[in-house]
Amino acid sequence: MIRLENVTRVYGQGAKAVTALKDVNLEVAAGSITGVIGVSGAGKSTLIRCVNLLERPTRGRVFVAGQELTTMNKTELRKARHGIGMIFQHFNLLESRTVRGNIGLPLELIGTPRREIDQRIDELLELTGLNERANAYPAALSGGQKQRVAIARALASNPQALLCDEATSALDPQTTSAILSLLRDINQRLGLTILLITHEMEVVRSICDQVALISGGALVETSPVGDFFTRPTTEEGRLFLNDFLQLAPSNTLLQRMTDHAGDNSLAVVRLTFRGQALSSELMTHLEQQFGIRLRILQARVENIQGRTLGLMIVELDGARNTLGAAMDHLQTLDVQTEVLGHVQRHD
Amino acid sequence: MSSAMIDRILDAVFDTFYLVICSGLIGIVLGIVMGVALYVTRENRIMAMPVLNRAISLIVNIGRSVPFIILMLALAPFTRWLVGSYIGTTAALVPLSIAAIPFVARLVEGALNEVPHGLIEAAESMGATPWQIITRVLLPEARGGLITAATITIIALIGYSAMAGAIGAGGLGAVAYNYGYSRYNPMVMLVTVLIMVVMVQGVQMLGDFFVHRSRHR
Repeated sequence: MIRLENVTRVYGQGAKAVTALKDVNLEVAAGSITGVIGVSGAGKSTLIRCVNLLERPTRGRVFVAGQELTTMNKTELRKARHGIGMIFQHFNLLESRTVRGNIGLPLELIGTPRREIDQRIDELLELTGLNERANAYPAALSGGQKQRVAIARALASNPQALLCDEATSALDPQTTSAILSLLRDINQRLGLTILLITHEMEVVRSICDQVALISGGALVETSPVGDFFTRPTTEEGRLFLNDFLQLAPSNTLLQRMTDHAGDNSLAVVRLTFRGQALSSELMTHLEQQFGIRLRILQARVENIQGRTLGLMIVELDGARNTLGAAMDHLQTLDVQTEVLGHVQRHD
Repeated sequence: MSSAMIDRILDAVFDTFYLVICSGLIGIVLGIVMGVALYVTRENRIMAMPVLNRAISLIVNIGRSVPFIILMLALAPFTRWLVGSYIGTTAALVPLSIAAIPFVARLVEGALNEVPHGLIEAAESMGATPWQIITRVLLPEARGGLITAATITIIALIGYSAMAGAIGAGGLGAVAYNYGYSRYNPMVMLVTVLIMVVMVQGVQMLGDFFVHRSRHR
């Protein structure tokens, strides 16, 4: 539905030229949700603006719904834009218009008859749950309501694709998840293709099918979300994931922990499970095979598109000579192990 | 004060209204056009034409730097060509309107600069034409600033119209000068000045009222 081919965007010229996007190739399948994630300054904003040509790529081609946008003249481009909705971090609603007026704007631009506009506005108010605020001005709305208005406005002309520019970054966590489920709902009900940019892994985790990681203006990794969260293939991907999946030892644990193993100490190990959770079979196996008992101190389990991702900090209680073998065994089961320190036996 | 003087002052009030309203309307309408042109033709804007932008900007600056009294005299041939005479109330409309245009243009440009860029970007993403962006986004969103600009302009014109009295434009300024100042009549001076204070105050209040009404917050 959306395809970027070798898209490069350079700002300025000569010695002062800055390359914001380098040879970006991206394909967003019809009906899917793709998230482009990256730190600020990585080129996310430039990338999404290149899709509807708010920014014109210096080189490369952009296709939306089978049409090449990069070769269109102004009139053709305006027409193509009617089929691509866009929402923004700061909503960009017209303060001088009510909720209804804002939602109807894209239809006024294409000269839709007034009665049809009103009918469409009613449908969209219903879809976005804004019936009660139909005649309010944006200044009287909360952030979440404003973004709903923006979504309704973006959908007014029945676009095939929706671009979301950090659409939840100005919202609190609860409102964020409400807006994300609205986007998911629209995606499923209307079959709308969504391309979003974000710096929040949570956004990608909760609604995206595909993720593209952008770093220094280049897409370094593009993969299905389940794969990315369990097995990132690049160093940048791993760093992002580690930041998101932080499971740091608690302060009380840190105080008890020492760097060196003593005669009567237990190893504190962080385990990362990918694709499967810690099973009782595995625990039994560790005890029977290696004489090691495992006690969970801290844990976090995420389910990402049906894939389990678990992080645990455990104490391993057993003979020291079998500990290494047990950890090797875990590695072969694709459980990543990392010794954090040692604590005195306490029972 | 004699009743003849009272009649004279009433006539003058009417003339001042006529001068200010007519030149205000012409100046504001053409000033908005020029202000919008200044705004949209600037670099990276919706109708970027940097050369044209610099040209308009230069004209505006020249227009604003010439003292009104000089502008009035300099425009005399043009005024005569346009309205048949360069003396009288209607003739004074020409320099007043022309002085108002660049003044309004800068104020309008400032008001448009206050419209968040994101709104223009949103309108572009919807496929709006530049004309649609001007009429449906820029001007409505800048409404408060535009009303403020109009208020400032009308008040400035009340002052300028008094100066135009010097070329026989009539109005309160002429009465204050001819009868109050030249013939040492402090009463006439006081009354005419008071009337102008009331007019300015009234315009300001009206402007504030409309600005307040245009803000939906």
